[in-house]
Amino acid sequence: MQFGIFSVSDVTPDPTTGRAPTEAERIKAMVAIARKAEEVGLDVFATGEHHNPPFVMSSPTTYLGYLAAQTSTLQLSTATTLITTNDPVKIAEDYALLQHLADGRVDLMMGRGNTGPVYPWFGQDIRTGIELAVENYALLRRLWREDVVDWEGKFRTPLQGFTATPRPLDGVPPFVWHGSIRSPQIAEQAAYYGDGFFHNHIFWPKEHTQRMVEFYRRRFEHYGHGSADQAIVGLGGQVFMRKNSQDAVREFRPYFDVAPVYGHGPSLEEFTSETPLTVGSPQQVIERTLGFRDYVGDYQRQLFLIDHAGLPLKTVLEQLDLLGEEVVPVLRKEFAALKPAHVPDAPTHASLVAAGRTATQPAVQPGEEVTTR
Amino acid sequence: MSTQTRTLAVVSAGLSNPSSTRLLADRLTAATVEALRERGITATVEVVELRQHARDLADNLLTGFPNASLREAVDTVTGADGLIAVTPIFSASFSGLFKTFFDVLDKDALAGRPVLMGATAGTARHSLALEHALRPLFAYLRAVAAPTAVFAASEDWAGGDGGLHDRVTRAAGELADLMAGRPPAAPADPFDDPTTSFEELLKGR
Repeated sequence: MQFGIFSVSDVTPDPTTGRAPTEAERIKAMVAIARKAEEVGLDVFATGEHHNPPFVMSSPTTYLGYLAAQTSTLQLSTATTLITTNDPVKIAEDYALLQHLADGRVDLMMGRGNTGPVYPWFGQDIRTGIELAVENYALLRRLWREDVVDWEGKFRTPLQGFTATPRPLDGVPPFVWHGSIRSPQIAEQAAYYGDGFFHNHIFWPKEHTQRMVEFYRRRFEHYGHGSADQAIVGLGGQVFMRKNSQDAVREFRPYFDVAPVYGHGPSLEEFTSETPLTVGSPQQVIERTLGFRDYVGDYQRQLFLIDHAGLPLKTVLEQLDLLGEEVVPVLRKEFAALKPAHVPDAPTHASLVAAGRTATQPAVQPGEEVTTR
Repeated sequence: MSTQTRTLAVVSAGLSNPSSTRLLADRLTAATVEALRERGITATVEVVELRQHARDLADNLLTGFPNASLREAVDTVTGADGLIAVTPIFSASFSGLFKTFFDVLDKDALAGRPVLMGATAGTARHSLALEHALRPLFAYLRAVAAPTAVFAASEDWAGGDGGLHDRVTRAAGELADLMAGRPPAAPADPFDDPTTSFEELLKGR
């Protein structure tokens, strides 16, 4: 099982000091956080993509390319890549180049983006978000898997004899996850292609996550990629830890109370009981996280959100120490002991190469899987 | 005589206790239960007092999901065969609390559902708020609103001859007819296997 962190790249004033980091400070902090994640033994770092303040991460491959040079084992990912408003041609090329620079340590998570005003900045319309996600991703798959593409669709100019360059590393496209909080169509899309499905698992009660994952697993089996329990599932999560649970609550509360998204609403205690947010000791985080398996089954990737809402870099790095020293080693051991042998690990570049060109991701359509081997 | 059953949800947005809004809701409920009984239907009544969910509703606006307590109320209303919805009139319209409850429902959650609307205020000069504010709200939600909406002003409770009893009886009969003429509620489950295949989605259909 892979463990890591994901960041939304927000620039938020620290409510205890009133001071917000500069963009430069925040961007460099995100580098320090990712490097620390590798240093403490985590597997994955994923960054969001945003094109509006207060977020800084508008160009994930610029950032991930820099991280590729600064790290050596960390899997570089996104949370999420906007499949709706990015040109699929640019996604194909940007991430293939990143694959080469990072020696294959790259995967992506596709998401639609839920901020209406962003769409028209890129010539799109949020009301066609699902259609965009379906058409753009179908094209992206072809661009990575076919050397020469003739294509015509609804949302971008046609392509004639087009070759996306560079070609994917070793001819193997990056593994793709699809992230969605509540749209069954996106879980269906992930299942159709045999891709991974990731649930953010932060903002809403666990029942939402459970139903989306159950649906994805059932449809994954329906499309013939394996049994439902072999589907590739990732979860988010949100934690704040101190050795002593009361210290964690006391320190995190001012950040929680005014946090973007849920601040000024439910109390920390209410939100902790309603959602997977865990604020407490490392042992409490271990127990809560192991409990995720009870409602999504054996899963492949766990990402934590730890660097948001104005938390200072020093605090975030301390959270990483706790994750790396006390939490993740236990979770690794416990999850591994519970996982049956027929449940696969999350695909990596190495595993995809070893398994043959497109073993977990069929060539273009599920129906073509047999004929292209 | 058949032994059909239906569930009837009642949403009351009154703020005081006792409240004239709840009083009107109770009158409408009793009359509807009676009208259903006359049609051979046994009704199960579930009342949702929105006052108890005022903070839950504010939280839902911010978090995007109903907490456990509000979820139960939402499920009660969206799973019922018929709905009686009663609000006080504030500033020429439904109360903010009343509107917020319907704001946090999925937009399809009440589609096709029979609804009886009621409102209260200090003076009958507010009575058309039912037609100007509540009826468009339920039209948007594609609920089936009974033709008669019932307004009760202070003078109605004073025993004036405003005909409140007759309006309550007529409206309850209309709601009972709508509920009796419709199979029991079975809300669509978004996690059923899709009716549109992914191949069709790919072709842009």
